[in-house]
Amino acid sequence: MREVAVIAYAQTPMTRDAGAQNEVELIMQVVHQALDEVKLNQTDIDFTCSGSCDYLQGVTFAFVDGLNAVSSVPPINESHVEMDAAWALYESWLKIQMEEADVALVYGFGKSSPGELRSIMTLQLDPYYLAPLWPDSVSLAALQAKAMIDNKMITEESMAKVVKRSRKNAKSNPNSQLSGDFSIGDLLSEPIFVSPLRKHDCSPITDGASAIILATKEKALSLCRNPAFITSIDHRVETAQFGYRNLTSSPSIQKSSEVINLSDYSIDAAELHAPFSHQELLLIKELQLNEEVSINKSGGVLAGNIMMSAGLDRIGSMFNLIKSGKVRTGLAHATSGPCLQQNMLIIMESKNE
Amino acid sequence: MSDKEILKADFELGFTYTRSTGPVIGHFLTELQKCKIYGIKGSDGKVIVPPAEYDPVTGETLKEFIEVSDIGKVKTWVWVNQPLEKHPIQAPFAWALIQLEGADTNFLHAVKVKKEKIMKNNMKVKASWALPPKGNITDIKYFEPI
Amino acid sequence: MSEEKILEFEAPIYFKYSYTAGKTTTSFLNSIKKGKLVGQKCPKCRGVYVPPRGSCPKDGVATEEEIELPDIGTVESFTINYLPIPGGAVDPPYVSANIILDGADLAFMHIVDGIDHSEVRVGMRVKAHWKPKNEWKASLENIAYFQPIDEPDLPLNHLSDEKNA
Repeated sequence: MREVAVIAYAQTPMTRDAGAQNEVELIMQVVHQALDEVKLNQTDIDFTCSGSCDYLQGVTFAFVDGLNAVSSVPPINESHVEMDAAWALYESWLKIQMEEADVALVYGFGKSSPGELRSIMTLQLDPYYLAPLWPDSVSLAALQAKAMIDNKMITEESMAKVVKRSRKNAKSNPNSQLSGDFSIGDLLSEPIFVSPLRKHDCSPITDGASAIILATKEKALSLCRNPAFITSIDHRVETAQFGYRNLTSSPSIQKSSEVINLSDYSIDAAELHAPFSHQELLLIKELQLNEEVSINKSGGVLAGNIMMSAGLDRIGSMFNLIKSGKVRTGLAHATSGPCLQQNMLIIMESKNE
Repeated sequence: MSDKEILKADFELGFTYTRSTGPVIGHFLTELQKCKIYGIKGSDGKVIVPPAEYDPVTGETLKEFIEVSDIGKVKTWVWVNQPLEKHPIQAPFAWALIQLEGADTNFLHAVKVKKEKIMKNNMKVKASWALPPKGNITDIKYFEPI
Repeated sequence: MSEEKILEFEAPIYFKYSYTAGKTTTSFLNSIKKGKLVGQKCPKCRGVYVPPRGSCPKDGVATEEEIELPDIGTVESFTINYLPIPGGAVDPPYVSANIILDGADLAFMHIVDGIDHSEVRVGMRVKAHWKPKNEWKASLENIAYFQPIDEPDLPLNHLSDEKNA
């Protein structure tokens, strides 16, 4: 296996409505920022891979237009995933493992403001039995939260605690959309949205983009003072038969934890992609993270959720912690599908003495 | 240029797909036309409703259809106070995971009741059929308590 | 009651969106409302793009410098459409062409008319035929079509030279 590291990360401010800025303008900012951070040009990039979803903005093949944000003359080696850009990072990592690239650029973008996000997310469901009924993303997550509450795994109060910490941590993240100090009492006095979820239990609707640069060890050490090495990576998906799943557990997380030997690492911090507060609690349980592990220093997706980039942002946020020397070994997690159907785990480490 | 000066336009995008069903989903939908609900026997003998084409664990091709009841128990439910435009009921309603009698898995559908208070775990519900049925999952309009 | 075997079913999906044109497209559309075609120039390769997208597809950098272009150009390629497109704005047969305006480095698609379709050719010089002024709005549809002008065709190699320059 080749040693691969994250060497640069850039993210736009996460906003409810990026308004005047179109997708290309959003991507261009972060691609240039990431390239500038390690003093590279597009011509130094061997492979470019992006993640996005056309349904968000209602423009088919929008990702092709997105390529206007990167220099593509002469032609570049490029690919795209119609999912979170964390999976574009996985593809790039593979490309480097295959020795077809030494340096890769990964970006994700999503403007959720133009459409009806809750219903658009229905399109990721089984189109025969589920989608015609139009269960929306919030309702499905609510079913999971309710099942967890009924099983006495969580309470509305423990969910509010997740939100409180997210908003508090987000105060030190300049890109965050939602931040501030809230008391549990304040949060619990908010009205119910889709029972048992309150609006603050759901990640916000966000516009934005982000970019990451990956490189082999040799390149990484010459370009970045403290790269975050990807020591272990795995992703698993559960059945699309929604009613077959036990929503109060995550067999995919359990399996991936085994595959990456998670228990062998002393994890300092974790960036968990939990679009709903109860999901963070389920992830902590399934990952068996103890109280010493610092969770979502960035605020996580409850503080800003760029669809199709939020998973990549967890990896980027962990890179920031490692690069700054605050974390030595970290866990980044990305998810996709309803109720944590698909999950990716990445161990990221500093190699500095 | 301020955000207010930026041009905006509303539009509607339509994807007018026709979906092929294949033998398993096709059988389920065909039987719905007779107001009958069919599941399929999984590799471990459990009855999966609606029927899966392949076993979710072993990946084995599944073939043995089993008729189940249109009556079941609510295993989990949530309350939607403000239905979205596309939701199957345009008044406050519940989504529920329902275990039909004869089935070992849950079936997601809407439950029509007047008040959230009426909803309880393990309450018995029965399918309310759209007549005439067309061979679509929406032939079950929703479930109602009995 | 039907006993028909279900082999397929219709599953149409409709979504409402609110499209935001963005800064660059807004500026282009506001100009065309006044009958002007305004493109943008790349600060790096000096390439001129109309309609502008706010970035140079070659260099991947932001384009800000605006440049007004004439409504005269050259047919870079074309096709004659005989089949109706659901929801299409124009009834077939019609000629859709890639037209490169004088001074621009990237073609865009529009209609060519005002000539027998069999006489349309690559390299043909064309000029915008604008709709009456009172019908103008923020749309490229203000140009009804492009029609030939009395100028010699541009040789093919000249067309490609222009673009590679």
